[in-house]
Amino acid sequence: MKRTAITIAGCELEIHEGGSGAPLLFLHPGGGFNPQDPYVELLTATRRVIAPSHPGFGASQLPDWIDHVDDIAHIYLELMDRMGLAKVDVIACSVGGWIAAEMMTKTPERFGKVVLVAPVGVKTGPTDKLDIPDIYVMPPADVPKLMYHDPVKNAVQPAMLSDEELAISARNRETLALLVWEPYMHNPKLKRRLHRVASPTLFLRGASDGLISAAYLEAYAGLVPGARTATIAEAGHGPQIEQPQAFARMALDFLG
Amino acid sequence: MQAWHFSESAYPYLPPADSYPSIRVSLASKNYDPKKGAALWDRYLHEWQIAEEEGMDIMLNEHHQTATCVDPAAPMVLAALARLTTTARLLILGNPIANRRQPVRVAEEMALCDVLSHGRVEAGFVRGVPYEISPANSNPVRMNERFWEALDLIVKTWTSHDGPFSHEGRFFHHRNINVWPRVYQNPHPPVWVSTTSASGAAEVGAKGFIQATFLTGYDATRKIYESYRAAWRKAGRGVDVPNDRLAYAALVYVGETEQEALEGAEKLLWYVTANKVAPQYANPPGYVPVAANVAMQRGASHPLSQFSKNASVEAAIRSGFMFAGTPDQVYEQIKRHYEYVGGYGHLLIMGQAGFLEHDDTVKGIRNFAREVYPRLKEMFPKTTISGQYGDVPAAPPERFVLRTSHEVSTDGPLISALGGAEA
Repeated sequence: MKRTAITIAGCELEIHEGGSGAPLLFLHPGGGFNPQDPYVELLTATRRVIAPSHPGFGASQLPDWIDHVDDIAHIYLELMDRMGLAKVDVIACSVGGWIAAEMMTKTPERFGKVVLVAPVGVKTGPTDKLDIPDIYVMPPADVPKLMYHDPVKNAVQPAMLSDEELAISARNRETLALLVWEPYMHNPKLKRRLHRVASPTLFLRGASDGLISAAYLEAYAGLVPGARTATIAEAGHGPQIEQPQAFARMALDFLG
Repeated sequence: MQAWHFSESAYPYLPPADSYPSIRVSLASKNYDPKKGAALWDRYLHEWQIAEEEGMDIMLNEHHQTATCVDPAAPMVLAALARLTTTARLLILGNPIANRRQPVRVAEEMALCDVLSHGRVEAGFVRGVPYEISPANSNPVRMNERFWEALDLIVKTWTSHDGPFSHEGRFFHHRNINVWPRVYQNPHPPVWVSTTSASGAAEVGAKGFIQATFLTGYDATRKIYESYRAAWRKAGRGVDVPNDRLAYAALVYVGETEQEALEGAEKLLWYVTANKVAPQYANPPGYVPVAANVAMQRGASHPLSQFSKNASVEAAIRSGFMFAGTPDQVYEQIKRHYEYVGGYGHLLIMGQAGFLEHDDTVKGIRNFAREVYPRLKEMFPKTTISGQYGDVPAAPPERFVLRTSHEVSTDGPLISALGGAEA
């Protein structure tokens, strides 16, 4: 994939772009976008994939005024204008799914088909229980157990990463906290807006996802008119990472 | 030199440390017996009164959801001390304003205490240690920016006396600011800020507030003070930095004999060794800069976290964050530290911690106040200019160090009192 930069509202964004075919906007999860991940070439095989790094992630800037997922949704709507994307399909993962959901409630007519992979963004459960386990108060060693079907295979090994890669990873983590801290992982207003979504939408999750429960996914999908849900076996919170083939097949089949 | 007695007002009657993962944030309050807690508060308040009788000033602080400091509302204790004492300066260090939603409320609390104490409040402000983040539900990212906006607004609130003004800032919004009572002191109580980094000290120095640093020993303290002084000069505050702009906090215990001092000092070390904090509370994302997180991923940890694994009075004295021994020894230890770091006008004395019982605490206060403090006041008067280094090494002279024959054992992963995370 090639890498370019576009400045929107004073925020220089890193844009990864590759492949050819109908445009597909890919919105990455909290861990950032890595063009070397095997699922990427499965998508670019048939689609022109446009994958911005969210403000404060990867090489994208983080202006001091940005502190909410909704800020990013607005920036990306302008990104679509600037790139001449009148209407796009979307695949969006985790916090990227939240950004996509915000965008779809604003300009529903500009989205074709949409796949939301283990998205966060709404609160549907009881007041006295977090909908999504609090990754910021559990022992750090427990987070991968909830994130992955196979936490051992997917364990981060700092020794294998360069200082620059570690710095990006730490910055991604910091920006994610800025965006999702309070209210935790959701915008209370979003569930009152999702009825506006006009796109056929598929909600996907990995069967072993310890963060996004099946009940959460169903409740979220229930807020979007006509949405469907599906599960990918032997995958956790990032099925695109753990099961790239099954993920790409299901997502691309749905997008058609 | 001005000396301040300080206790974190801990509740030390806890189950074995290996039975809980963290003394902070998650330790259940069923472990707190309110009757014992009330008796402790009687004691701690009384000890502050004794410190006042001995000519010392008073410092208190605030932490949340922890047994290490059962004072989650320091302005309330400050108000009590305002009425229980008559002459001591009352330093609250401090208000964790990066975690407070309403800076104007903080300004009101300090103003009321200033009036209640007839102008004895010294108003300190802290960013807050990382384990305050979850209890406060405060975003760990951009705390520094929130801190400074809040402090600027508080000072403006204290010094505006012509009716309401409004504030529409980046983080805080107030439509009608017109605080009653106004502060007793003119233009406002002295402002203190604590930081343990050189970059933080530069911000404090530029503003000219009093800079306090905690348990940073020899070299780190020297760097922090130098950064303060450089920023002070750069901001055009003059060439000379009065030593009353700088404060150092240490564990201090003075005994009549070496044996008595050693026993007291070992009990004080509880402050460091009992601070068992689970890593997720010790380093929330954004609390330290990205580069520091990279260094931690590479295995770095705070010097004090290494220390706490193998704590001893002797090592603490050599490191410069504890001054303990006979009056002569303690005087020489402080003098060496003072000369090495370039001088400071305030010694913040953690003179009580953990299981240091009332009688021993009072002995320590009196031994310091009667045998050491007069010498410090004479040797380092308030008119001294900071930044004059003695040509001395970074350790107290050998014959003034207490020797320990055994080491204090600790269990489980520990982190520093300052929040450096265990990698």
